[in-house]
Amino acid sequence: MILIQRFGKRALFLIEEMGAMFVFLMRTFGWLFRPPVRIFQIIKQMHFVGFKSTFVVILTALFTGMVLALQGYYSLRKFGSEGLLGSAVALSMIRELGPVLASLMVTARAGSAMTAEIGIMRITEQIDALETMAINSLQYLITPKVVASLLSVPLLVALFDVVGIWGGYLVGVKLLGVSGGSYWSSIESAVEWKDVYGGILKSISFGLIISWVCCYKGYYTRMSAEGLGKATTESVVLASVLILVWDYFLTSVLL
Amino acid sequence: MERGKLELVVGLFVLVGVICLGYLAIKLGKLELVGGDYYELQADFSSTSGLKNGASVEIAGVEVGRVKKIGLKEDRAQVVLAIQDGITVYNDAIASIKTRGIIGEKFMELSPGGAGERLKNGETIVDTESGIDLEQVISQFIHGSVK
Repeated sequence: MILIQRFGKRALFLIEEMGAMFVFLMRTFGWLFRPPVRIFQIIKQMHFVGFKSTFVVILTALFTGMVLALQGYYSLRKFGSEGLLGSAVALSMIRELGPVLASLMVTARAGSAMTAEIGIMRITEQIDALETMAINSLQYLITPKVVASLLSVPLLVALFDVVGIWGGYLVGVKLLGVSGGSYWSSIESAVEWKDVYGGILKSISFGLIISWVCCYKGYYTRMSAEGLGKATTESVVLASVLILVWDYFLTSVLL
Repeated sequence: MERGKLELVVGLFVLVGVICLGYLAIKLGKLELVGGDYYELQADFSSTSGLKNGASVEIAGVEVGRVKKIGLKEDRAQVVLAIQDGITVYNDAIASIKTRGIIGEKFMELSPGGAGERLKNGETIVDTESGIDLEQVISQFIHGSVK
């Protein structure tokens, strides 16, 4: 009996949380289009989410591309079609790995910091202080983060794709001796606008997921140091899981 | 960090990101921003099996354009080709679908002809050759119906 009761309690809690998250998103959207637009806040957030993530994104992209080329080379060599290495690297980069891996890196680097920042503001009652000064906290704190993520993540993903393809070139052509011409021409003949478009669409939606989940978890953190730690962990886990799940559904629709 | 420097750094980031995006979209994704450099020709085939949008169109092995659209017209496949301006195709040209290597991709080979009139934008290449169906050739060979 108690077991079933617990189960029901948990289910109700989850449904409540989902509803609260959705309401939070809708309210943020509502505040997105109301003046004043705080451009400098957006720029500050883009610096944090976008520019400061470039190094880690370039590093992961380089090694992802390199290992893809290495794995692809030894698989393709069995069929004597090393010339297709470029298309294998570029397609997996642009369609899947670029959007997903770059978004996961942004979640780990910037998403956790977002939750912590907003959570500390909640605990130290700075958010309440903003409200008493008649500044809407959603508009002042959350919308710049959402806009910055929506703009930064696609750019980071594009950077990831290009660096990854060059990483594949380094290993495939310079190290393993695939001809450079066939590497690039196989990329150009295999990649279509549809692939690039799908990748951009994915990365925009991932940008929304990251900022939405991480801001929500920070905004409604429990009022203790322990609660904040929990909120940060939960936001990273939930955002990462949502990215991977949403990626599957979006891929099945796009293909 | 002071405001000017912050804006500079973010501007740089956006610039690099947009360049990467443009490289992916235009160079690799073959997104055409300007459509002025090409004219279109049509060709009807009994089968375009394996030919894809964006496949290259070649004359004597040199790429002169791309396959823009593949559709169905009555019971034949209609292919729209985008050919670079300055490449002349005559109305006795032959369009054939070929395969690069044995398991390679399909592409279109044009022999541009010589006699007759020049084809203009939107006109149709009459002589076409569908690709060889390798499976059919092999099965004909095995079942002994090769003449």
